[in-house]
Amino acid sequence: MKAVTANRLEDGVVVYLSNDNDWTSDLTKAARFENDDAKAALAGAEARAGEHAGAYLIEVSDAGAPSGRETLRETIRKDGPTVRLDLGYQAEASS
Amino acid sequence: MYRYDEFDATMVAERVAQFRGQVARRLSGELTEDQFKPLRLMNGLYLQLHAYMLRVAVPYGTMSSKQMRRLGEVARKYDRGYGHFTTRQNIQYNWPALVDVPDILDDLADVEMHAIQTSGNCIRNVTSDQYAGATAEEIEDPRPYCEMIRQWSTFHPEFSFLPRKFKIAVTAAEHDRAAVKVHDIGLRLYRNDEGETGFEVIVGGGLGRTPYVGHTIRKFLPKKYLLSYLEAILRVYNLEGRRDNMYKARIKILVNSEGAEKFAEMVEDEWAQIKDKDIDLPREEIARINDYFAAPAFEKLSEESAALEEKKAADKDFARWVRANTAAHKAPGYAIVNISLKPIGGIPGDISDVQMEAVADIAEKYSLDEIRATHEQNLVLPHVKKEDLYTVYSALKDADLATANIGMVSDIIACPGLDYCSLANARSIPIAQRISERFADLDSQEELGEIKIKISGCINACGHHHVGHIGILGVDKKGEEFYQVTLGGSGAEDAALGEIAGRGLSSDQVVDAVEKLVGVYRERRQDNERFLDTYRRLGAEPFKEALYEAA
Repeated sequence: MKAVTANRLEDGVVVYLSNDNDWTSDLTKAARFENDDAKAALAGAEARAGEHAGAYLIEVSDAGAPSGRETLRETIRKDGPTVRLDLGYQAEASS
Repeated sequence: MYRYDEFDATMVAERVAQFRGQVARRLSGELTEDQFKPLRLMNGLYLQLHAYMLRVAVPYGTMSSKQMRRLGEVARKYDRGYGHFTTRQNIQYNWPALVDVPDILDDLADVEMHAIQTSGNCIRNVTSDQYAGATAEEIEDPRPYCEMIRQWSTFHPEFSFLPRKFKIAVTAAEHDRAAVKVHDIGLRLYRNDEGETGFEVIVGGGLGRTPYVGHTIRKFLPKKYLLSYLEAILRVYNLEGRRDNMYKARIKILVNSEGAEKFAEMVEDEWAQIKDKDIDLPREEIARINDYFAAPAFEKLSEESAALEEKKAADKDFARWVRANTAAHKAPGYAIVNISLKPIGGIPGDISDVQMEAVADIAEKYSLDEIRATHEQNLVLPHVKKEDLYTVYSALKDADLATANIGMVSDIIACPGLDYCSLANARSIPIAQRISERFADLDSQEELGEIKIKISGCINACGHHHVGHIGILGVDKKGEEFYQVTLGGSGAEDAALGEIAGRGLSSDQVVDAVEKLVGVYRERRQDNERFLDTYRRLGAEPFKEALYEAA
């Protein structure tokens, strides 16, 4: 399964395309797509270029976690730096 | 220190205003990301994994207290309360919002700072010896030449779209702290047999995926021809450098494919045509720039300080810090103080807003208002009176900035790696932290002496792993982090590229591996040999054996 991710234009933070076609900071709430649907979703996101600084597809598991080859990179994007647990989304989750 | 004249001030202010307009047009949707990206990069603004990243220039690593204080304020006001000093003597902020960047640049412009020449395919911010103007080793202060290069290169219309980025470093000391042999152009100021001073011009060094030690293309260049000769090199590169493949676009590829001799000829031919065409600065202008860097009025002091000796005798930790973190100054009774940004288990190069302000205060009171950034991601207070050393040490200690480990095994260069960087294949910082913790004991670090460990999270080599005595390169093996160890590199006057020790190691194995390498050295070292000397004497074999012995 795939999800669409991007960095939000105004501040660069990581976002994911949600089911209601908005952006969410929570990967578990991201819309998940298969094959051609994923490509179409990405094309749709790319057309909204005023909202982000570049969108791309990532692999996600059924539970909505990063998976596949880029698991580590996308986990770090999802949570924040592994060396600064007080920064990124992981900080909000624990506070 | 250099102070902006009206031209500098106008140029920077106009640039900020221009970028403010570009940001507004991007936010309104008038510019696409493809159109905006080259514009933001020309202003030091990158996009990383979690956010934008703003790289601020610190020309030749020299800052005033006021500037350092402002860097701290920016970290607090617009970022997450810290900054990161880089291997190009710059500072980066990891979390600025695009909408705030024009205001950040305005705040920086107030203290004569900017983000120009920190990105893009231009001549980047010039780097130099962090001990410039303070060490007795140098024949003169190299910074006036850095400043001349800065003024010549900033917005140079002919060199704004080079095949690739271009880095110049200048030193004037025998001991090379500026890594001049691994730059696109390295300049070494020295005195020849006739007693004249001039530059050895070294071209085509560099790290990255195709590392090279530079070639000397001119043994002696009279100082007055500095700019015309640089212009000749840049012209040859701009015309002949490859633009079809970004991995082959650096000048090192051109120099090594043409051969250094042929490349030198091409430069000499070009130079013959332009050397007398008013590119070089007139004598008065050189004198004007030199004046900015006139040595501060050092007090007449005796070389030894009784107060210092007393404190050293009474406080063992202080004595260790003096041994490890201070260096000889050219003026009697003064010392150069290194501030380690490598606390045990810390993140190399990171410094908090509060620490920046502490450094600013200390420099203002005790270092004639001057601070330097080093390419090894530390800071320097260049002019501290020996009688003030204990006060400075105490103030640094209060700010958690007094780790006594300069040049030692825990004084590690590490790029931001996969924790921040979108180019990285593996994390660098956690490896640095774990090595630092493994060797935490300062007594044994001091006993081991100089060992330079450098870690990069990808082949672009921002962590200079090729020139580490022990280099560590992070690679991605089917989604897992692996680390390749190189041995015997050096970025100093004895520059050499490290050799790959063997197959990659897992993240779990790499710290043990470093310990094994250090173990071989500890066992086999003779007299006061450094790790690198022992390695060079023995060759790679005993080290490889220890690394890959049946585990």
